[in-house]
Parts: sequence; C-alpha cells; structure tokens
Amino acid sequence: MSLGVGFATGLYGLSFGALATASGLSIWQAQVLSLFMFSGGSQFAIIGVLGASGAAGIIPAVLSAWLLGIRNGFYALRLSGVLQLVGAIKLLAAQFTIDESNAVSLAQEDSKQQKTGFWITGAAVFIFWNGFTFLGAILGGSVSSPGVWGLDAAAGAAFLGLLWPRLTHFQPLAIGICSAVLAALLLGPLPSGIPVIVAAPLAVLLVWLLRFAIKKRGTSGSIPSMGGDE
Amino acid sequence: MIEYWPAILVGSLAVYSWKILGYLLPESFSRQRTVVDLANQLTVGLLAALCTVETIAGNQGASFDSRIPALGVAAILYWRKVPYLVCVLAAALVAAGLRYILHWA
Repeated sequence: MSLGVGFATGLYGLSFGALATASGLSIWQAQVLSLFMFSGGSQFAIIGVLGASGAAGIIPAVLSAWLLGIRNGFYALRLSGVLQLVGAIKLLAAQFTIDESNAVSLAQEDSKQQKTGFWITGAAVFIFWNGFTFLGAILGGSVSSPGVWGLDAAAGAAFLGLLWPRLTHFQPLAIGICSAVLAALLLGPLPSGIPVIVAAPLAVLLVWLLRFAIKKRGTSGSIPSMGGDE
Repeated sequence: MIEYWPAILVGSLAVYSWKILGYLLPESFSRQRTVVDLANQLTVGLLAALCTVETIAGNQGASFDSRIPALGVAAILYWRKVPYLVCVLAAALVAAGLRYILHWA
C-alpha cells in the first residue's frame, strides 16, 4: 500500500517539476522545494505566486505556502501520539508528516502497523516525489513558453484536484465558492499574490458569520449539514 | 531567478514550522474542535482562491481565455473520479489544443 501511494504521489511530482521550471524557477530551486518544503499544496502555491508576480511576489508567495502547510501541523499533533518518539528522530518524522503518510497510518488497525505505515509511506513518497520532480523540472525547462503546452491551465487544474476531495459538505463548498469569487474580485484592485491570502480568511469569516446569523434566527432542521471536517 | 532563493528557503522553513510544532505541542490541542475546523476551512479557502487566480489572472486584473474551458474539462474528469495526473494533463491538452486550432488566447 505504502509503495503504491508513494509511486502515485510521486507522479504528481512530475507535474510539479514541470510547472516549477515553466514558472521561471531553476531545476535546483524546484528540487530544493521538493526536498525541504516537501508538501505538494504549499509547493504549488509558492511557484504559482512567484510565476505570476516574479520577485515582487516573494512575501505573498511565502505566506500562501505557509498558510497551506497548516494542516500538516494537525497531522503532526495526531501522529505524535501514535509514534511516541523521543529526541532527534522527531525532526525526521516532522519532515515526513504529509497528507499521504498521515492517511495511510490512519487506515491501519494496530499501533505497530500505524507506525510502519507512517514511516514507509513517508519515505516512499519522499523518494518518488523528489525523483519525479527532477524529471518534471527537466521537461518543463525544455518548454519555451508555458502557454504553448497549456501548462498555465494545468496549474489551475492541479489546485482543483487538491481541493476536490475536501468539498464533501455544505460548509467547505460555501467557503470554496466564496473564496473563489472574492479572489476574482480582488484580482484587479490588489497587487498579484495578495488576493489569495486575503480571500481565503475573509471567506472563512463570512461563512462563519452567515452560520452564526442562521443559528441566531433559530431555524433548525431546514439548513443543510454544516460538518466542516473530513 | 536568483531572487527566488530567499522565498524558497524561508518558505521551506515556514512550512516545516507547522510540522515540527505538532510534535512539540501537547496532543490535547488537536481535540480542540474550533481549531481543527478553522484549519480545514482555511485550507479549502486557499485552494479555491489559488485555483481561481491561476485560471483567470492576466497581466492586469482578470483575463478570460482557454484556461477556463480547460478547468471545466478537469472538473468533469475529477467528478468522474479520473486519476489526478490524467485530469491535469487533459487540462493542459485542452488549453494547448484550443490555442493551436482556434488561435484563441
């Protein structure tokens, strides 16, 4: 299971590497992101903002990547109880703490399998993700303009793929639509890179206020399920 | 591209900070319902905003071109549970094809 997940995820690394060099990063910059940032969503975010805004987008690029990495902190909280690590090995476990290693570990029955599942998946994804990033970076670097091969359209599709499995309830769907509309509206007035980091928290706030207003009216039963997590 | 290095290094450390923080905080923190909900919802908001911006951002404000039908095709494929990489490739092919055949931006 772990190796299969590692290989499949690694293939996304191909699209990351290609998009990174097509966005103007060097092969080594793409590789350093896969080695040290090692979190797909954050990596796509940083290259997306840098590609669109260049050097002016450094701060929003870092902020978008950082905010998208927050979920890894919650996986780490859970895994820290499962793995029961002491000392410096925590540093390595932290680096391997990603969507896939958390998911595989969560799917196991007993605590020994949960630990093995985490380590093997983390290591397998790390190896495949980095190998395919390198291949993708070489491919992407050989394309003269990202538009010719539709690589600019692939970036939007990549984010949609990360978003899709999370749209399981009414509340995430409402936040997603609200954030997309806000980002589109803010695109003109705000400097590039900024709409994303403003739209997302604003959408969360608006949907929370809406939920609060509905609750206060006391209409129960008529509203769709508000379950927010997966 | 040398000016990207600070973003790449600081960004990597910033993402790692969440990962290591989880191993240093007490586990009871992860049972705080509001905190978990907020993190999940912020992630959804960011992904939706990034998807939008990547699809319509132009030189000045919004620009509507072949990236939109490409994203539409990807959405249908995701809905049909087609694997991720195939959906991404299909989106690229649709955009490239429209540009080549129709000379559409």
